[in-house]
Amino acid sequence: MSLLSVRGLSTEFRTERGVVKAVDDVSFDLAAGETLAIVGESGSGKSVTAMSILRLIPDPPGKISAGEVVFDGRDLLKLSDEEIRAIRGDRIAMIFQEPMSSLNPSLTVGLQIAEPINLHRKTPWAAAMDMAVELLERVRMSDARSRVKAYPHQFSGGMRQRAMIAMALACQPQLIIADEPTTALDVTVQAQILALLKEVTRAANSALILITHDLGVVARYADRVCVMYGGRIVEAGPAREIYARPRHPYTIGLMASVPRLDQEAGSRLVPIEGSPPNLANLPPGCAFAPRCRRAVDICRSERPPLVKSAPDHLSACHFHAQLSAPVGSHVGT
Amino acid sequence: MVAVAETVRSPRRRRLPASGMLSFVGRLFRDKPLGAFGFVVCVIFLFCGLFADILAPYGYNQISPLNRLKPPSAQFWLGTDNLGRDMLSRCLYGAQLSVIIGLSAAGLATAVSIFIGIVSGYLGGKLDMILQRFVDAWMSFPDLIILIVVVSVVGPGMGPVIVLLGLLYGIGGSRIIRGAVLSVRENAYVHAAQSTGATLPRILWKHILPNVMAPVIVLFTTRVGAVILAESGLAFLGLGVPPPAPTWGGMLSGSGRSYMYLAPWLALAPGLCITTVVYAINVFGDALRDLLDPRMRGSR
Repeated sequence: MSLLSVRGLSTEFRTERGVVKAVDDVSFDLAAGETLAIVGESGSGKSVTAMSILRLIPDPPGKISAGEVVFDGRDLLKLSDEEIRAIRGDRIAMIFQEPMSSLNPSLTVGLQIAEPINLHRKTPWAAAMDMAVELLERVRMSDARSRVKAYPHQFSGGMRQRAMIAMALACQPQLIIADEPTTALDVTVQAQILALLKEVTRAANSALILITHDLGVVARYADRVCVMYGGRIVEAGPAREIYARPRHPYTIGLMASVPRLDQEAGSRLVPIEGSPPNLANLPPGCAFAPRCRRAVDICRSERPPLVKSAPDHLSACHFHAQLSAPVGSHVGT
Repeated sequence: MVAVAETVRSPRRRRLPASGMLSFVGRLFRDKPLGAFGFVVCVIFLFCGLFADILAPYGYNQISPLNRLKPPSAQFWLGTDNLGRDMLSRCLYGAQLSVIIGLSAAGLATAVSIFIGIVSGYLGGKLDMILQRFVDAWMSFPDLIILIVVVSVVGPGMGPVIVLLGLLYGIGGSRIIRGAVLSVRENAYVHAAQSTGATLPRILWKHILPNVMAPVIVLFTTRVGAVILAESGLAFLGLGVPPPAPTWGGMLSGSGRSYMYLAPWLALAPGLCITTVVYAINVFGDALRDLLDPRMRGSR
């Protein structure tokens, strides 16, 4: 029995240039304590997917047009505003991309960490502040007792992200959604924050949805992976399997575009040419076809369904069966 | 070694949020001398307004026919007017009226601005659209036209002037708050607050309002000045608080204008009062904005 089951989720934005399908028919499952990575480039719909789970899409212009998000047996999309508010921050917590702007500059850090505890547990402020100190200690903040009284501008980016993690952990949620939690941090701090995130979620047996465009992060921290392109999932499966045998040209392209230690010296990185698709005007066939080196006529006319390519491995490519070759060999020079 | 540790630590301790009114005033004087000047003038102005009854050497309407149009002297520091009333006493009582009208009308204006601005800016959508068109319509009338029309209907007096000036400046000023709210609500911390399940009033009160305080404070202080000025203007036109109440504007338009060439102190005294107080309030407001900005809080 999975903790979270997303079925056919579609989210649209009504813009002046027409309806943009930011998320189109996305389905995935997440078991308790599991880490799922959602990978994709900017505009692929990964953040919108995350926001849709908690119904944080601003309406208008956004709208969740179809699907269901079953969390712990209840469809979150059918809850009343009050019921979904009771879930937010308590059962499902979210960590945002920008540690610089995701803390309120005019409130102390401690107050912001204590806020969900006070809100959901009805804990008095004094006790909630004590818990905030404990939480900051849990995310390895030194001198936590004096830091709770500090304002966000007195923190570095890494410290703010630690504070955000503490805030997410406040009510011991069953699911934490981290939307590119390390994008704005420098590399050494990134590793620390991710290791911390993994550690605290494991300790609390919380599931984690990690939204990222960094494949290195995926390989190291995720159990399962969904690769998104043009608002749809193009490949899904266990992280190890996807790494070893990617079955979608986009995933293969992504992997070829990141440096690897086992690469031959002097070999070049291969970028994915072209630019991400315009979601308001997707091609009729496969969204990736215009950028795909293998695209043939059928790719441009018929949208490939997401099918089982191997046990526990889904791919949305007409030629997924031929793509099981190891990484690198497909890339012509 | 210990001494070094101490010296390293002490500036950090000072950087923690300033606590208490005293340290705030200290920072005002250290960092913002002009603002401090404004603050001092405002305090004097408030003091004069509050204790006008005690400070004034004569009653505001105490007539002394023997001492008409006397220039400033030891007995009458600011001279006397055409009825022999002491100008100093009248200016002090005028300060009292200006304090009452200025603070209450500017307070009302700010409250109205905050309410309209936050509701319209944060909730957006159709409500925003309707509210903003109403504000547009309201602002398209010149202030003075609205003032004259309404005062001539409800009649002059302190109550109507306060409510009217409060609404007039409040509705116009809501634009500034709305603009600030529009930029604040897109901040990640507002989404973060939503994602922790915070209710709408809580988001508005704790996450939006504190972060638009900078424009709110500036709005309030400039409005105090503007209201005092507008009240003087109304009094000048005979639509303000009716005589014999000693409003600065009234003094300027009444005896001040009629006897300007014969006894210039009649116009100078209330005129200088208005100018100094409005200027002082504005520079104090600017300094407050800089010091209260959370991003500057704790920094130097």
